Formats: sequence, structure tokens, C-alpha cells
Amino acid sequence: MTTTAPARLVDHFARGLAAPICLTWELTYACNLACRHCLSSSGRRDPRELTTAECRAVIDELERLQVFYVNIGGGEPTVRADFWELVDYATAHHVGVKFSTNGVRITPEVAARLAASDYVDVQISLDGATAEVNDAVRGAGSYDTAVRAMTNLAEAGFRGFKLSVVVTRQNVGQLDAFAALADRYGAQLRLTRLRPSGRGADVWDELHPTAAQQRELYDWLVAAGENVLTGDSFFHLSAYGQALPGLNLCGAGRVVCLIDPVGDVYACPFAIHDEFLAGNVRDTGGFTGVWRSSELFAALREPQSAGACASCGHFDACQGGCMAAKFFTGLPLDGPDPECVVGHGVDALLARGDAAPPKPSVDHSRPVRAAGRRGSGPVPVTIGRAPSVLSPALPPVSACQENPLAGFDPAAVGR
Amino acid sequence: MPDERGAAGLVPAVAGFDLDRPWRLHPQVSVRPESFGALLYHFGTRKLSFLKEPALLALVEALPAHASARAAAAAVGLPAASLGRYQQALATLAASSMIVEGSPL
Repeated sequence: MTTTAPARLVDHFARGLAAPICLTWELTYACNLACRHCLSSSGRRDPRELTTAECRAVIDELERLQVFYVNIGGGEPTVRADFWELVDYATAHHVGVKFSTNGVRITPEVAARLAASDYVDVQISLDGATAEVNDAVRGAGSYDTAVRAMTNLAEAGFRGFKLSVVVTRQNVGQLDAFAALADRYGAQLRLTRLRPSGRGADVWDELHPTAAQQRELYDWLVAAGENVLTGDSFFHLSAYGQALPGLNLCGAGRVVCLIDPVGDVYACPFAIHDEFLAGNVRDTGGFTGVWRSSELFAALREPQSAGACASCGHFDACQGGCMAAKFFTGLPLDGPDPECVVGHGVDALLARGDAAPPKPSVDHSRPVRAAGRRGSGPVPVTIGRAPSVLSPALPPVSACQENPLAGFDPAAVGR
Repeated sequence: MPDERGAAGLVPAVAGFDLDRPWRLHPQVSVRPESFGALLYHFGTRKLSFLKEPALLALVEALPAHASARAAAAAVGLPAASLGRYQQALATLAASSMIVEGSPL
């Protein structure tokens, strides 16, 4: 070991690894849901999506790099016609798969098949322990879809799949209920932080936990210990005192990155913005070239300035928090997290004034529905006039009828 | 960030570890060398482990070729005085099934 090599493991991680440990791969922007807080602004499929052959080539690279597993997401990844084919290809090439789904395709047959594989893990997304709380964010019927998927997985004998929850102001009081729900289906609970990324930026003010709720959450996580997974997403809460289990550092571009559906490589799954775009897997050199040679990743692997946080006694614990959370709330990257537990984030947001936070560069949201219309299906049209409620029915009124009571329907007046 | 992890050599061993038995990597474990040592991943348990010293990696790689962990340690030149520390690390790996008892190849 040379004298310049860091002594702590976490410092090695901060300098970047030979390949990511935790790679998120969003296979499609297409989604059957339109969650209000979707961090990838998903909805419509992008026509430039990687082809099956291109996806296989990425998997070949991941095998060579010894990326042991990928976290596949979207969009709703299972709506890709070649989804199961790609899962099989990855596992046959020593790349394990953990995929996130809203459950729409987890039929009893699919569940049985998943239960039989050691190399595939499933993460069911649910953002309320009750249909009321969940569906308000994820859309009508999405709670039932997720519960049906969990039932199918449990009945197929799949033990230890993940129940994945984004913690919000509305569901933070349901943590025990989520744990009970996970227990009921033999699943493991996973809690992650709401980021102001994608459409999450539009609802962040309304959905992100209050300061008091953050404290509650921290105490709950400390008590839960290793039994609840967090993907290290709450390391900004470590400034409350005891560090939460995990690495407690921002892994963006160092041990973590994102491949999006069109092959763009971003520093992390919460940072889909040109500012954090490192390259594309279609570039010469492929994903490996991006990971090893991108200027953005090289900069992230340099020692970072603590900036405005340098004089804060909690910096060693929280490391200034989440880069994406700062960026999408319009805060400087070398300053406090917007949810800084000692309140510096609130001050920074006030100091930001009216400057608008950056907008996502990529948006695949489905078009907003026209006023007065529900759904994008066919518009019901009736030829002729609405039927009379009188019995016998009044005759149709012609356009030439001059009687002032023409078409008057006494039964309709009270409606 | 990874959800599942453990760090060999960081966590005190909870159980003893028999240095005089033959050991080897679990067949479902893959090793990825890194500047600090290596990453281990167990495809069966989906657990990740970190070997935080190159010397520990050398020891783990030497295990299957020797009749005991002690012999493997001697073969890669680990000083006998530091064996206790490596024994702890091996115990942690054994507790998470990263290494298992087995006859030498």
C-alpha cells in the first residue's frame, strides 16, 4: 500500500471503483402508470430505445466488468416485449437481475418462474400502505395491482422479494403498516428517499417529509437496523447522530450510475439531466469507456469541496447530502441538502429566492389530458338529442319549432 | 447504492474459525479485484462483501490449494503474528457463506 492510498474503505469508494457496484438500468420510458413523483418522468416509450441486440451488448460488457447485478427499472420494464429474454440473457451471463415493477405483469405463471430463479430478485413499488394513500400518488388501481403481484409471488413461494416504498409526507406515518405488509407476503421492506427529480420536482414541496417527520423516520430506521433496506438513500439523516447502516456517501459516478433507455449514462438514477450526462453506451468504447474515461465521472472522483458546509460540525456525518436533491431544488452542489436536518437547507432555499430550479432535460410524460376529458380513449358521441325522461317520451323538437315550451321536460328541471 | 453488503475485516467475528480445516470460496461466489482488495458477491444469498486488503484477497485465493487455512496463510507469506486478524476476517466470510469448508483441490 502506498502512502497516498486511503486507509478507509469508504475513501476508496469516493475515488471510484473499476466498475460500478450498483448499476441502475432503465430499460424503457414506457409505463402503464403516471406516478406523480416519477423520477424519470416516464410515460411514453422513446423510439430511440436500445434494441434487443444493443441491450445484449451492454450485458456482455457488464459481464466482462464483473458487474455482479443490475437494478432494472423504467418506466415499467416488464412492458418491453423482450424483457424476459433480456433477464434470461443477463442471468446466463453472470449478471444478476433485480427489477422494479408496479406488478402489472406479475401473473401467477410469471411469479412461479421468478421463484424458480436464484439470480432474479423482484422489487414491487408501493407508496402507501393503504389504497387511499398509494393511489393518490401512483394512480387509481395501482395498490390492487401491487397487492395482486405480491400475492402471486408469495403463493409461488418467492421469499424475500422487496416491497419498495418512497417515503412521503403522506405515508411516513405508515412505516409500521408497511413492515407488517411486507411480513404478510414474506417480503423485505425497502424504504427510499423522495427526490425532486423528474416529475418529483413538481410535487416535492407537497410530498417531501416535514422536518419533524424526518426525525421520526430516522428514529424508526435506527430501530429497524439492517432489517430494512434503504439503498443508502437517507445518509443525510446521519447528522442526527448515529450513522445509519450503509456507506453514507454519495456514490454518483463513483460506485453508482444509471443507463437510461436510450443508452445515455448518467451519474445516478436521480440525476437525469444534461449536467450529469457522462456519455452513451452507443459511443465508441461503450459503457466501459464512459465509466472509465468520462470527464464528469473523473471530476466526481476528485475530492469534493464542502463549500458552505465546511464549517458545519455535522459534515462528516452527512457529507452535504444528495447531489440530485440539491440540483433539482436549485441549490449549489457544494452546500447543504434541501432537507438538511439542522435547517441549513431551508435557509439556502430562502436565499435562492425566486430563481427557478433547473427543469429535467428529458421528459417522457404522457401529454396532459384536455380539460373536461377523462382518459385518452375514444370520445363517446350520440347522434341526435338526449332522450326524454317523460313517459311516453316527448317527440323530438325540430329546429323550426316556435312554441316557448318546446322541449320543456318538467322531470329534468329538478336534476 | 447497494442494499446488501458486509465488510470482512470491519466487523468483529461472532464465531470461531478453524484455521486447521481446508476452506474454499463458495461455488456461487465471484471475486472482482479492486485497488483496495476485492469485492465478493454471492449469487445465492445476493450478499456483497468487501475484502479490504490485497493480502486478504491473496489468502482467500490461496485457500483451495492448501490443506488448511493456516497453510494457505503461510504460503502467501502472512506473518504468524497477524494471523488472528485474518482469522477474524475469514470467520466473517464463513458466517456469510462466502467461504465454505471443503477438501483441497
